[in-house]
Amino acid sequence: MNQENRQEEKSFWEKLLAIDRRIIFLFIVVAVALPLFFKVSMRIPVTPVAQGTYEAIESLQPGSKVLASFDYDPGSMPELQPMAEAFFRHCFRNDLKVIIMGLWPQGPLQANIALEEVFQDKDVKAKNLQYGIDYVNLGFTAGNEVVIDRMGHSFEESYPKDGYGTPIGEIPLMRGVRNYDNVDLIFSLSAGYPGTQEWVQYGVDVFHVKLAAGNTAVQAPGMYPYVQTGQLSGVLGGMKGGAEYETLLGIPGRAVRYMFSQAVAHAVICLFIIIGNLAFFASKKRKRS
Amino acid sequence: MSGEVVGVWIGAILTLGIFSFLYKDNPFYKFSEALFVGVSAGYWFVVTFWQYFLPKLIDNLVLAYTLLTVEGKIDYHWVYVLGGGLGVLMLLRLLPSVGWLSRWSLAFIVGTTAGLQFTRYLESNGIIQVKGTILPLIVGGNLNTTIGNIVIVVGTFCGLIYFFFSKEHKGAFGGAARVGVWFLMITFGALFGYTVMSRMSLLIGRMDFLFSNWLGLIG
Repeated sequence: MNQENRQEEKSFWEKLLAIDRRIIFLFIVVAVALPLFFKVSMRIPVTPVAQGTYEAIESLQPGSKVLASFDYDPGSMPELQPMAEAFFRHCFRNDLKVIIMGLWPQGPLQANIALEEVFQDKDVKAKNLQYGIDYVNLGFTAGNEVVIDRMGHSFEESYPKDGYGTPIGEIPLMRGVRNYDNVDLIFSLSAGYPGTQEWVQYGVDVFHVKLAAGNTAVQAPGMYPYVQTGQLSGVLGGMKGGAEYETLLGIPGRAVRYMFSQAVAHAVICLFIIIGNLAFFASKKRKRS
Repeated sequence: MSGEVVGVWIGAILTLGIFSFLYKDNPFYKFSEALFVGVSAGYWFVVTFWQYFLPKLIDNLVLAYTLLTVEGKIDYHWVYVLGGGLGVLMLLRLLPSVGWLSRWSLAFIVGTTAGLQFTRYLESNGIIQVKGTILPLIVGGNLNTTIGNIVIVVGTFCGLIYFFFSKEHKGAFGGAARVGVWFLMITFGALFGYTVMSRMSLLIGRMDFLFSNWLGLIG
């Protein structure tokens, strides 16, 4: 190989290093958008932490009460909404009673959106679920972790009325529910503060409640140590966690569908990381020579 | 045209407005951004008034006043005067001559938060996590758990060694610190990977919205 060819090869790597970032954006957009048009069923391996969440709900007897804390807003919908829908499907399939609450103002509204979606299902419709008997939405109350602490003594102190203004004493599902002693599991769907960490700190470690969670991917690694210590029964981490949960339920939904896009996008990112490193080292070598 | 359709169109146009920044800064992006900031501020003002100020302060003070005037009872609801007072002091920052009074409110917030969080963090993120790393290094008949326990114990120990700066990182001590650095790097890599997944999820969500809800190209 002569000197001229070597020069051309090196300038190619240098060009790659100086590539316009908009070209990379374009690749990512195509990598994310294109797979959405294909119905590819990917194998979703289930991790023990996701299995833990599934088992925590699956092990409950019919009629058991689950307190679901919706602590996220529309910004985290792509990650947490599929989990919320799968959670409701799981609970209603197993005849569990669901008490919805929110430490974020938009949380209970997200729960209603998920319920609307789940109520379209033929199996769920057939159960003829009734508000106040099979599920209830207590709405939002301000106070962050203090709310969790107060609910350990009395739900009514934090939520004297449900989200629609009905005193909780008049709601059949809430009769006999005084504090955490009267619920069998807490499920925290969270995108930040206040969320799963506060439920661990103020719920699990003070009142010894059983807690399972679904988190955004950014938050999930911070929650895994709690699973190892037994403070959490399990965690669904991000969209992958949602897809694992749907796989365990045997009802593939949006999270499973989105995973193909996620996989292609990750492959493209990995490819760019490799190309970027190759270009970096090649240009460095040229400078030395 | 139904309200839902109008909502989808507005959402789609504003999404494209925000995405247009990826090409370059432009008035369409600036408009979308400004609208988002304005709507968010307005939304949080309304939420703060109706969900925090009214039910937590005004309703409680009205109840306290009613109990006093009707039944002649002074009950614990009067304690909300203290909270309201501290809130007023916070607003005094707007008046330079008495702005220093807002420090009392800040001191109260910092003090109570520190006191509240200290015990909870110490137990949940300190003591229980330390307990969680005291593990048997060899678990008979379970290779996965054995490897997992060794990784946890060695990773924690070496990671802590790295942050011990009172002794020079040389010899066996330095070797352990280097192992600690490797564990830290792998941890940061995993955290970065999760962050990428999270951001990709958001992009997938928007793309699905554009192609499904707006354009109806995906069934």
